[in-house]
Amino acid sequence: MEKDILRGGQFLVKEIECEDIFTPEDFNEDQLMMKEAVTEFIDREVWAKKAQFEKKDYALTESCMRQAGDLGFLSIAVPEEYGGMGMGFVDTVLVCDYISGATGSFSTAFGAHTGIGTMPITLYGNEEQKKKYVPKLASGEWFGSYCLTEPSAGSDANSGKTKAVLSEDGKTYKITGQKMWISNAGFCNLMIVFARIEDDKNITGFIVEYNPDAPNGITMGEEEHKLGIRASSTRQVFFNDTVVPVENMLSTRGNGFKIAMNALNVGRIKLAAACLDAQRRVISESVNYANERIQFKTPISSFGAIRQKIAEMATNCWVGEAATYRASKNIEDRIELRKNNGKDSHQEAELKGVEEYAIECSILKVAVSEFIQKCSDEGIQIYGGMGFSEETPIESAWRDARIARIYEGTNEINRMLSIGMLIKKAMKGHVDVLTPAMAVKDELVGIPSFEVPDYSELFSEEKNIIKNLKKLFLMVAGAALQKYGEKIEQQQQLMLAASDILIQIYLAESAILRAEKMAKKDGEDSAKEQIAMAKLNLFHAIDVIETAGKHSIISFSTGDEQRMMLMGLKRYIKYVNMPNIIELRHIIAEKVIKENKYCF
Amino acid sequence: MKILVCISHVPDTTSKINFTEGDTKFDTNGVQFVINPNDEFGLTRAMWFKEKQGANVTVINVGGADTEPTLRKALAIGADAAIRVNTVPADGFSVAKQLATVIKDGAYDLVIAGRESIDYNGGMVPGMIAGLVGANFVNNCIGLEVEGTNAKVIREIDGGKETVSTNLPLVIGGQKGLVEETDLRIPNMRGIMMARKKPLTVVEPSSISGETSSMSFEKPAPKGAVTLVSADNLDELVSLLHNEAKVI
Repeated sequence: MEKDILRGGQFLVKEIECEDIFTPEDFNEDQLMMKEAVTEFIDREVWAKKAQFEKKDYALTESCMRQAGDLGFLSIAVPEEYGGMGMGFVDTVLVCDYISGATGSFSTAFGAHTGIGTMPITLYGNEEQKKKYVPKLASGEWFGSYCLTEPSAGSDANSGKTKAVLSEDGKTYKITGQKMWISNAGFCNLMIVFARIEDDKNITGFIVEYNPDAPNGITMGEEEHKLGIRASSTRQVFFNDTVVPVENMLSTRGNGFKIAMNALNVGRIKLAAACLDAQRRVISESVNYANERIQFKTPISSFGAIRQKIAEMATNCWVGEAATYRASKNIEDRIELRKNNGKDSHQEAELKGVEEYAIECSILKVAVSEFIQKCSDEGIQIYGGMGFSEETPIESAWRDARIARIYEGTNEINRMLSIGMLIKKAMKGHVDVLTPAMAVKDELVGIPSFEVPDYSELFSEEKNIIKNLKKLFLMVAGAALQKYGEKIEQQQQLMLAASDILIQIYLAESAILRAEKMAKKDGEDSAKEQIAMAKLNLFHAIDVIETAGKHSIISFSTGDEQRMMLMGLKRYIKYVNMPNIIELRHIIAEKVIKENKYCF
Repeated sequence: MKILVCISHVPDTTSKINFTEGDTKFDTNGVQFVINPNDEFGLTRAMWFKEKQGANVTVINVGGADTEPTLRKALAIGADAAIRVNTVPADGFSVAKQLATVIKDGAYDLVIAGRESIDYNGGMVPGMIAGLVGANFVNNCIGLEVEGTNAKVIREIDGGKETVSTNLPLVIGGQKGLVEETDLRIPNMRGIMMARKKPLTVVEPSSISGETSSMSFEKPAPKGAVTLVSADNLDELVSLLHNEAKVI
């Protein structure tokens, strides 16, 4: 059974059928009810008070978090035995998606608490720790925060200077150090703190309780004044001989870096989800404005320049959904498989299930965080001068979007990670990249087929292009690896370019499969906008891949090898029937404009 | 106390309304359905009776299988059981007769219906049910308390309120005021999980046909363009009202 579920990174070397992927159209009745409940809560309690969040009303963030706790939204991912709902991974992603669209302030508080504030204990805590802390975090009685970053340890998280010193009686550690950019610091009761014991190579995680009335050496900086997510409480936290019982060590000594990284894997896919509903709301607000705004005696939504933006915004959002839910279900299935094989505990199954798809998690984090940035930027452009005003919801959406490219590992770090992890998987033999890479090399020196294939069936050409784009990636990555070996990680610009190719392939394939699945179910006419979005997205993906491919190839090859690869690049991005993207955009925009909202 | 809350499955208030088949049928394509708001006020009040007075709450709908998500939502909010009478409603009278059959069999003490549904706005069902089952009836209710077999009901009257005392069994036509909008409940996650485990009984309809059928629907005429007249130009305003709008 195991081989039936695609492994992480394997999308690159396998052909996938549309029936094999999960899409938002596959939500069951319970999931639809959850989506509706979360949306109702957000519309009523968060979206309606958006202006207050922008005025840095931290207390409002806290009270909304308590309400979310009462409604059970904080306990979705927590196992039932620790007071949670024990719901599936897709459910947790869905809640994270729809709870996050109204304001980045609440979204960040929610993500920091349920993700990196709670998950390290559910995933790495021992039984006593889980029993003691997780029910309180799941109900919202307590809030958690995650103290990893330090003034001199950001992306280089393992270089933190915070120290943990064992007492002479061996019963406690004393933690001393400075942490910064700590989300939820202003109202948290518990912190996951990473500190170094003696001169250990790796940091160690601790669960530290915090009670402002008995601060135990913990002091807080003032609230940070930030570009966006203004009502998310973000402070520095100073530890001065903070006494922590030894039993509050999380996992084992020196395992903190691993905890930190694995917590981030989950955080990354959830961050991608958290950037989806924000796009839906920006699109709906923008199209509503475009329909109402009259210039030259015409609603501006009827102008091609605006329709182009609406179509592109909707397409990105829809593609992001396709890829995020596809990966979420892969993770859920992998977790279930591991749980059912009897070898893994629930905890291990969760951990390894997510870790398996760490490449996809990084891809999604990068892609969808960039989508919301672009979406909110174009939203402002549709609003024109009005979009620059604090009175519109678009202005804050734009500011809030910016952090998504920074936290949970910057997009640069995640781009490099996606390739780095793929190389590691290839080395371990989990994903056989080398055999297909060699096959591509052979194909390149052979004579290309001049036969024009039959592309009459829906997406037959696009699927062939996806197959070719995968070959293109293997060609570039294979040759680069041959050239640099393990030192490829030092070639950061090359890694970034290769990652761009990888990201585009995953997203374009997910979109095509989602549209194909819909077309098979409801007919091509019902899915005509979705088909248009998948095609439009692929067209753009090819543009990105062509540039990234060219940059990569010319950076490490010369002479005949370079010429051969550039020819390969040309061959693999070739269309027989190039789509008319202006027409595609009109099909998409027409629907969104008619419905006056994001409607896919 | 056994309470039955009648739940209409209606288009969301923001839905775009269109008709098909020569303007004789409502076009449900792309329409999101919700619990009829007047019924939701009633359901929320029923939850209060459940929590404070130990009432047992059943929800009922006359409709096809596509209305089940609406009933499940009511279960997720806290109702104990649901009944769906498996037929597409023909008109208010047929719905009332179907409901009356179930109500007679179930011996309910209190039946809460919205005073009207927000789709067809017939406003007939609660009164008809009361007539068909021989229960007391108070319409336009904005307050309801029950003590033993006595009910104190506040109903909205033109420009004021009337407090009525009556006995169970009782049917009320409820509206906003039974509870306020801020009291309406969002199903919590546990409620959603539990909803699937609660009984949703499908009963076959009695052989009742509608007494009326829709011949056609018409949408109101679209709003005309707005002409802005400067506050200094009263003559033009009078002229427009007289010559174009023809209202003076």
